[in-house]
Amino acid sequence: MQIDRRMIAHFDWLLFFLTLAFVGIGITTIYSANFNMAEGHAGVLPMRQATWLGLGLIAMFTAWSFDYHYIDRLVYPFYGVMLILLVLVYVIGHSGGGSQRWINLGFFRLQPSEPAKLAIVLLMAKYFQTDEPPKGYYLRDLWVPFALVAPLIFLTLIQPDLGTAIILGVVFISMVLMGGLRLRSFSILVGAGLAFLPIAWQFLKTYQRNRILTFLDPDRDPLGAGYHVIQSQIAIGSGKLFGKGFMHGTQNRLNFLPEQHTDFIFAVFSEEWGLIGCAVLLLLYFVMIAYCLRVVQRAKDRFGALLVFGMIAIVFWHVTINVAMVSGIMPVVGVPLPMVSYGGSALASMMFAVGVIMNVSMRRFIF
Amino acid sequence: MALTEINKQDGAPELRRRAVLLYALLVFVFVSLFARLIFLQAFQGERYTYLSENNRIRLKRVPGSRGMIVDRQGQLLVDSRPSFDLFFVPEDSDQPENTLRLLAQYLKWDENELLKTYEENKSRAAFDEITLGRDVEWSTIVAVETHQLDLPGVTLRARPRRNYTDGPAAAHVLGYLGEVNQKQLKTLKAQGYGSGDEIGHYGLERHWEEILRGQNGGQQVEVDALGRRVRVLHEVHNVPGYTMHLTIDRQLQQTAFEALGSKEGTIVAIDVHSGAVLALASTPAFDPNVFARGIKGNEWNALLQDKLRPLSNRATQGQFPPGSTFKIVMAIAALEEGVINPETSISDPGFFPFGNRNFRDWKEGGHGAVNFHRALVISCDTYFYQLGPKLGIDRIAKWARAFGLGEKSGIALDDERGGTIPDTAWKMKRFRQPWYPGETVSVAIGQGYVTVTPLQLANMMAAVANGGKLFRPRIVSKVESVDGATVREYGPELIRTIELKPDTLTRVHNALADVVKIGTGGMARSAIIEVAGKTGTAQVVEMKGAYLKSEQLSYFNRDHAWFVSYAPAQNPEIAIAVLIEHGGHGGEAAAPMAKKVYEKYIELQKQVTDKQQARTEGSSRAD
Repeated sequence: MQIDRRMIAHFDWLLFFLTLAFVGIGITTIYSANFNMAEGHAGVLPMRQATWLGLGLIAMFTAWSFDYHYIDRLVYPFYGVMLILLVLVYVIGHSGGGSQRWINLGFFRLQPSEPAKLAIVLLMAKYFQTDEPPKGYYLRDLWVPFALVAPLIFLTLIQPDLGTAIILGVVFISMVLMGGLRLRSFSILVGAGLAFLPIAWQFLKTYQRNRILTFLDPDRDPLGAGYHVIQSQIAIGSGKLFGKGFMHGTQNRLNFLPEQHTDFIFAVFSEEWGLIGCAVLLLLYFVMIAYCLRVVQRAKDRFGALLVFGMIAIVFWHVTINVAMVSGIMPVVGVPLPMVSYGGSALASMMFAVGVIMNVSMRRFIF
Repeated sequence: MALTEINKQDGAPELRRRAVLLYALLVFVFVSLFARLIFLQAFQGERYTYLSENNRIRLKRVPGSRGMIVDRQGQLLVDSRPSFDLFFVPEDSDQPENTLRLLAQYLKWDENELLKTYEENKSRAAFDEITLGRDVEWSTIVAVETHQLDLPGVTLRARPRRNYTDGPAAAHVLGYLGEVNQKQLKTLKAQGYGSGDEIGHYGLERHWEEILRGQNGGQQVEVDALGRRVRVLHEVHNVPGYTMHLTIDRQLQQTAFEALGSKEGTIVAIDVHSGAVLALASTPAFDPNVFARGIKGNEWNALLQDKLRPLSNRATQGQFPPGSTFKIVMAIAALEEGVINPETSISDPGFFPFGNRNFRDWKEGGHGAVNFHRALVISCDTYFYQLGPKLGIDRIAKWARAFGLGEKSGIALDDERGGTIPDTAWKMKRFRQPWYPGETVSVAIGQGYVTVTPLQLANMMAAVANGGKLFRPRIVSKVESVDGATVREYGPELIRTIELKPDTLTRVHNALADVVKIGTGGMARSAIIEVAGKTGTAQVVEMKGAYLKSEQLSYFNRDHAWFVSYAPAQNPEIAIAVLIEHGGHGGEAAAPMAKKVYEKYIELQKQVTDKQQARTEGSSRAD
């Protein structure tokens, strides 16, 4: 691969530094979340996350380096690999916390449902890249993309990983809408979806149902299913304006919070940095997403625009669902905070996504 | 070399249009999320801070250890010792029954009894502990600690336990403790009492609760999500309760208690120069140590329902007719009011005719010629009958009250009773009836409406002995902090000085000395100390006509036996009142007990003097 001088001239420093900022905030918060007062250290996780950052940088620069039009050719192979990995998870997967989500690669436990999010974006960008019909796509045009995406969602749902399945679903819907679905078709889809809800309820696991019921009434079982929501809100609220200070979050340090370094890391951060810290963090996400929407507008073709839109949609939905869940305005579903939560597969996938965005952003200047 | 954005017009116009909508969506969502955070952190911040503190901080109360009680020599009467209670929380064990079986095996306890306790407590709230044993033995503690891992849910907890050195000997003075009940808790919460705390329920333990209790300390302990303590954030040290020095002499108290033996009665001994109570025993007694280990329901009911009323302090709460001991008041009143010539004898035919009734002397046929001195010595009823109308009830009442009869003495114990000294006003108020002169005749020998407490009579004797100074009976001499500093001191408290003519005192003193020397109190006579006193046999039921011996009456109708006294007769130091309920004749039942206490008193005095002598000799040698 040859590095074009223009690539350096148009390198997207903003996205690059924003990414580093998120990972930096992530590692420090993971450090605080895992710090053990008795033993005086934070264990191996902060260091591991730093290692995943290295892996993520490789993924990012790989995604950035070649012309994104090549991706078009790689979509189906990538999709195929994802399907195989998700089936493998089901067959030989490593289970933890009541679900089977990982494949053990020795040095690394791969969570294939994370890159599967990218696969959906790639598939949809490829499918919708041709100019859309004058009045948009009909429902019948959705059979192919649905047939492609459904196995991914289904395999994730049976792990079970409701959070990731929801992300896959909303990213799919986002892409379809952005791709140009007719408004009437969309309405029918929404109606059908609502009709499907009671049936979906039947398929939910008991603990998943409990989460939803608990969200509707957290005091239903304050020491059981409602515990996490209540403790998480206590952590955020008690941070007040300026926070309790780095490493001084009592809810975090005394293990009142669940999943401190993964899904509930935002609660740890809020407790220690307060409303001011939250404002900064949310502003960083806002800047990143808004900037990427600008990239969508400036992209030189539909394929690039859809790629960027899909990638940033992943970030947007993660942030929205995660913060809403942790602050108690949505039921608890396991969704990480992008680039901040601990997790190698997620970080590498997200940084690959940023790499793709940078790629499109840069090449708007290049034929 | 700025490159123009050559592709701007190509690109994806539809997507560009939609992206504009997306900005709006993005702003809306982020503003919503941020609004939620503002709500939680800015508006609800204080509430959640409180909740997070509540989450992590537990207050552990450390009760102040209760103060000691020592006697006048500094000998220990009550202290607190560490003890261990055994608890079981079934929720902490996977198989509670098996755990209990194992426990029974380790402790060599009865397995069925443990399982029965468990079954009985099945309906309790989850995670409430079941008490398996209180104040368990050392071997039990060792066994439980050793096998802790096999016994999930079984815990030991230390708590100070009250220890009464002499068991029941001073039970009514010292009292006992009990758990604060729910009703008390409502009013006492402000004072720092918590559920499960102990509080004085009786005796000194109750009356001096504030002094003995000490101050609770506390620890603010940070706990983690599992309730494990992480560290102590803040600590307020508890303050041990004060030490109370009593005027009671432990050995004299023991002697008095043993003298009473299996009888129901009371002995009160008072220092005549200060009002200090040296001994105050009441029987039947109870063992306060039983309360300290946690009294069982059936034990408590047995105490409450006992006809002999072991929970009653007869010295301060028992109101009895004084019988012939009241003749001392009559004698002093007659001399002071000048209604008789003490040298003039009257003739006693064995009864005193008054109105249309003959008041009978205790001796059938009478005592013959009786003057003042002889009347007291042989306790001639007829002589005092005729004094009654001469003095009139109001003058009798005035003199009785001067000596503290009919009013609470003010001793620092709860629920003291005052007895009754009747007069015309009292009768009118109580019965709305005039006083009948015939009633005065009964009062003259301490019967009728008159009732007194044994403590009052002991105190009266102290005033008679010291020439008319009535002191308030004291039981506490000093309150001391743990480091030995005096917090409060209680010296003699003079209630009043009764102005008495020297002649009155001499005549009464001589007569009382002769009561023991040659009269009815002969059984109090001692080779080592000269006792002066007066016997009394108080009727419980009025005997009409027949001269029955006490033994011929049913138990609860038998007379009360009194002996009130002081010693040494010539230079009095100590006054003692003895009452034996339904004991029959005062001279036979009560007087010998007083003698035992006096002789012990002399023995103790001698020990003190010997010790002082030894000390002086020792120091003179050192010089």
